Amino acid sequence: MNVRALRRHAGSVARFLLLLFLVTVAVFLLLEMIPGDPVDAILPADASPEQIAAARQLYGLDDPLYERYLSWIGGVLQGDLGRSFQTGVGVAETIAERAPVSLELALLAMLVALAISVPVAVWSAYRPGGLLDRAATFVTSATLATPAFVLGIVLVYVFGVQLGVLPILGWTPFSEDPVEHVHRLVLPVLTLAAGECVLFTRLLKGDMMATLQQDHVLSARARGLPTWRILVRHALRQSSFSLVTVSGVVIGRLIGGTVLVEAIFSLPGMGTMVITAIHSRDYVVVQAMVLLSAAVYLLMNTLVDLTYPLLDPRVRKVRTS
Amino acid sequence: MTELVQDRPVTAPAAPASVADIKPVRRKRRDVGAVFGAAWIALVVLAAIFADVLPLPDPNAVTNAFSAPPGGAHLLGTDAIGRDVLSRIVHGARISMAVAIGATSIAMVIGVTLGMVAGYFRGAADSAIGIAVNFMLSFPPLIFLIAMVTALQPGLVTLVVALALLGVPNFARVARANTIAFADREFVTAAKALGARPIRILTRELLVNVMLPVMSLALVVMATLVVAEGSLSFLGVGVPPPAPSWGGMLAAGRESLREHPLLVLIPALFFFLTVFAFNRLGDWARGRVGRESSI
Repeated sequence: MNVRALRRHAGSVARFLLLLFLVTVAVFLLLEMIPGDPVDAILPADASPEQIAAARQLYGLDDPLYERYLSWIGGVLQGDLGRSFQTGVGVAETIAERAPVSLELALLAMLVALAISVPVAVWSAYRPGGLLDRAATFVTSATLATPAFVLGIVLVYVFGVQLGVLPILGWTPFSEDPVEHVHRLVLPVLTLAAGECVLFTRLLKGDMMATLQQDHVLSARARGLPTWRILVRHALRQSSFSLVTVSGVVIGRLIGGTVLVEAIFSLPGMGTMVITAIHSRDYVVVQAMVLLSAAVYLLMNTLVDLTYPLLDPRVRKVRTS
Repeated sequence: MTELVQDRPVTAPAAPASVADIKPVRRKRRDVGAVFGAAWIALVVLAAIFADVLPLPDPNAVTNAFSAPPGGAHLLGTDAIGRDVLSRIVHGARISMAVAIGATSIAMVIGVTLGMVAGYFRGAADSAIGIAVNFMLSFPPLIFLIAMVTALQPGLVTLVVALALLGVPNFARVARANTIAFADREFVTAAKALGARPIRILTRELLVNVMLPVMSLALVVMATLVVAEGSLSFLGVGVPPPAPSWGGMLAAGRESLREHPLLVLIPALFFFLTVFAFNRLGDWARGRVGRESSI
């Protein structure tokens, strides 16, 4: 770790903090930009001016803008994301209750996507133009043209309605019935995984094909190593770094994807929470969700930026020389 | 091996902005897909332009024929409250195309301007624009759109503005990279030596060169924005009903998926063909632009 690398890391961290600050300001202003008085939503239509004034006083709406920002951000830093205007329940508690559903969905989709795309990409790169490669190319370009919400409904129609083999909608907690829980997760996870599958397969195959042209693969082959060993140890290991470069994009897509998938399959996650909140004008919930997802997204992207040179020594070597 | 090490990018490779950014590995010689794509897009655009002139019922006119099958007076049938499906598809194409063409054009103008200014002047302008672009990229795309439609009231204008903003970073990135690549070329040096002002160099010398990769990016962005608009309409936060939109039709048809699957499958097919067409055109354009320009 020399001075240059340290300075670059410091730069990344500084940029992260600056962007995070800008994001919090924007998310705070989001609520300000919404037309109408926020207290209208909680007070009866015939509320007297005194009642309105009292409510504004209670929520601190008459303080100057920067003071309200500071008190809001102070609360956020202590884990207080505000209280729903509709239900009066703390937003942080609602999120804590719903986050496991969305996280489980995203994590499983990621694993399924990797489990499908890695073998397909490795074999397609090894035998380009072969049967599997052509089939994979066809399926990926078709999937790329199918938005998640279209794919989800079509899967529901085929497997739920026509074949009747999988349940269509709803959620069963793992603690109630583990088998039913997995059963109900199949279609949502497949829908969410499909898009990532395309991304991983295309990226990994392209990178693997380039890697397989390199000298060390030729030398491994000349030494008579078995094919699987060359593919996995010599080519896949090196090419898998390319997957890390897209993890930022993948996280952003998964956050958006869970919103859609939860809406399609009526799952009780954070996505349905935010959509319900928009429809019931419960803007504090929307604000919290936007803040949280942007913060996570920004943090993950910065981490990828920082760890990439640690994972791939070739990048590190050029940098330090 | 030394060249290989040198060839590796000095910084971590920039993450692609979407799946479509990743180049397909194999490209066919004769591009039947691109021809189909152009034909399909032309058809949808024409349908959107002439929606009012075509001999179709009013898309919001309610009839007594609820969920009628295709054929007869209603070529693609009617929906749950008796509205003509074909007419709603054709009028819905207006929203998809308004988004695809309108929002992408706005994003292109803003993005290319910012990108070229950043790439040509570098320094403080580059840093400021870089921060602005990174700020927009700090939100996951769908969350960004949800925040925008929450803050501004739902409607076609809001939708176009929000989607245009979503597209700006892509164009800024490509325009900046290509401006930097061309700014050191001889024709730019010659123009400078002749006393051309920066504005002239940017518009007369650099713009034409930057526009080629930008135009091929535009096709990919159009596909992304059609999907994004569909997602919002599907979630019920796009164009408010009863205005017809493909995403809204899909969401409404979902309730009677078992009895009337066509109400879902028809808009689904239109989404698929339109996105597929834009993707194929984008692949084709990228192949024509070649590898020397960075997209």
